[in-house]
Amino acid sequence: MPSLELFSMGFLDSITSQYGFRVVTNNIGYFLGGAGYTIFITAVSVAIGMVLGLFAGLGKLTSNKLFYFLSTAYIDFFRGTPLFVQIFLLYFGILPFIYDNDPVSSAIIALGLNSGAYIGEIVRAGIQAVDVGQMEAARSLGMNQRQAMTYVILPQAFKIVIPPLINEFIALLKDSSLVSAISVAELMHRGDLVFANTYQATWVFGAIAVIYFIITKTISIIGDHVERRLATD
Amino acid sequence: MIRVVNLHKSFGQLHVLRGVNFSVAPSEVVCVIGPSGSGKSTLLRCINQLESANSGHVYIDGEELTHPKTDINQIRQQVGMVFQLFNLFPHKTTLENITLAPIKIKGVDRSTAEKLAMELLGKVGLTDKAHVYPNKLSGGQKQRVAIARALAMQPKVMLFDEPTSALDPEMVGEVLAVMQDLALEGMTMVVVTHEMGFAREVGDRVVFMDEGVIMEEGSPEDIFNNPCNPRTQAFLSKVL
Repeated sequence: MPSLELFSMGFLDSITSQYGFRVVTNNIGYFLGGAGYTIFITAVSVAIGMVLGLFAGLGKLTSNKLFYFLSTAYIDFFRGTPLFVQIFLLYFGILPFIYDNDPVSSAIIALGLNSGAYIGEIVRAGIQAVDVGQMEAARSLGMNQRQAMTYVILPQAFKIVIPPLINEFIALLKDSSLVSAISVAELMHRGDLVFANTYQATWVFGAIAVIYFIITKTISIIGDHVERRLATD
Repeated sequence: MIRVVNLHKSFGQLHVLRGVNFSVAPSEVVCVIGPSGSGKSTLLRCINQLESANSGHVYIDGEELTHPKTDINQIRQQVGMVFQLFNLFPHKTTLENITLAPIKIKGVDRSTAEKLAMELLGKVGLTDKAHVYPNKLSGGQKQRVAIARALAMQPKVMLFDEPTSALDPEMVGEVLAVMQDLALEGMTMVVVTHEMGFAREVGDRVVFMDEGVIMEEGSPEDIFNNPCNPRTQAFLSKVL
């Protein structure tokens, strides 16, 4: 009765299990492939989120009522409901009526829309953190609103938002594990499959956690580097 | 050059400008003095429409800025402004601060813009600071760069909003000297200031404001030596 033996195994037995170690080493290529998927999905979602977030953030600061309303409604909805629900709603409930949707593109759309809402708030805060004197100086030189934003305000806001943006990238990368539920073959999903076949929870999910950590740590190191390079003082 | 007619401006309940009438002739240097909260800076900011007035009219060179059809950006290019807190662009070097607007708005090519910028830096005595960022400059140097930046648009008028009020005392002189040179070259200037010495020496005319109106105006000698209005007398007795 192997199943009985399985459940009687203690934590110490579990982490010292040579079988568990072999499960990880045998599947490491498979896991890393999943990590590649995770990075790809996150990167594309972040790119979409940045564009949406820039518009949503500007929308929250504009005097144009329609643009303001759309941005606020968008941010409120995607910040106010669980990402997990959004993924299911889009994958099963909305996207099938728009196109012949597959898990990967649905995941990217859900994560992109969700991160756009958070990035929108980051962008808004970043723009507001730039001293009002900067806008006045730019306008007094004869720049219109758009020129002042492009050449004076946004470059300074960009520097301010790097730390919260890096935070958002990391959060999104971790949250991308939720799309395993719609069977996107990313890192978490592959961990889940290997676990289901081997029952080596400690080893398998431990390895998955380490891989996630290595990726997020790398992002934060890159973020620090960018921040240092942009510093003028 | 500048004409302000019956200008009113309120911030909520606060009635800051209560019917200001005022004009500046070409090449004239007008110094606006008065206690804090008297509306001096608001008047200046209404002239280039950084604040929009509630009622009244502002004309520069015959064009009405307060008219809704006026292209305000076009006119602002001809009206330089220098701020109390400098407002240099911290992400740009001194040279880039000066060339940004000419290149991006006027479409001047980079080398021409940089040549003009270097000339202006020479004029304010900061040629050696062309490639440093603003945070490496002292307050007086920042303000001189800010003046050069405004001049790079080749304005017809320069507005100064308390340009030396945020400076350490030893740096006030260098900024005032640059402004004096500018006045001698015939620039039309409106200077809101607490520097009575500058107003007396460089001003063609001194305007005393209090409680949102112009209480008294005249030549520096008249205002400083024989003020008629009791408010002016009271103010000057405190600051001189």
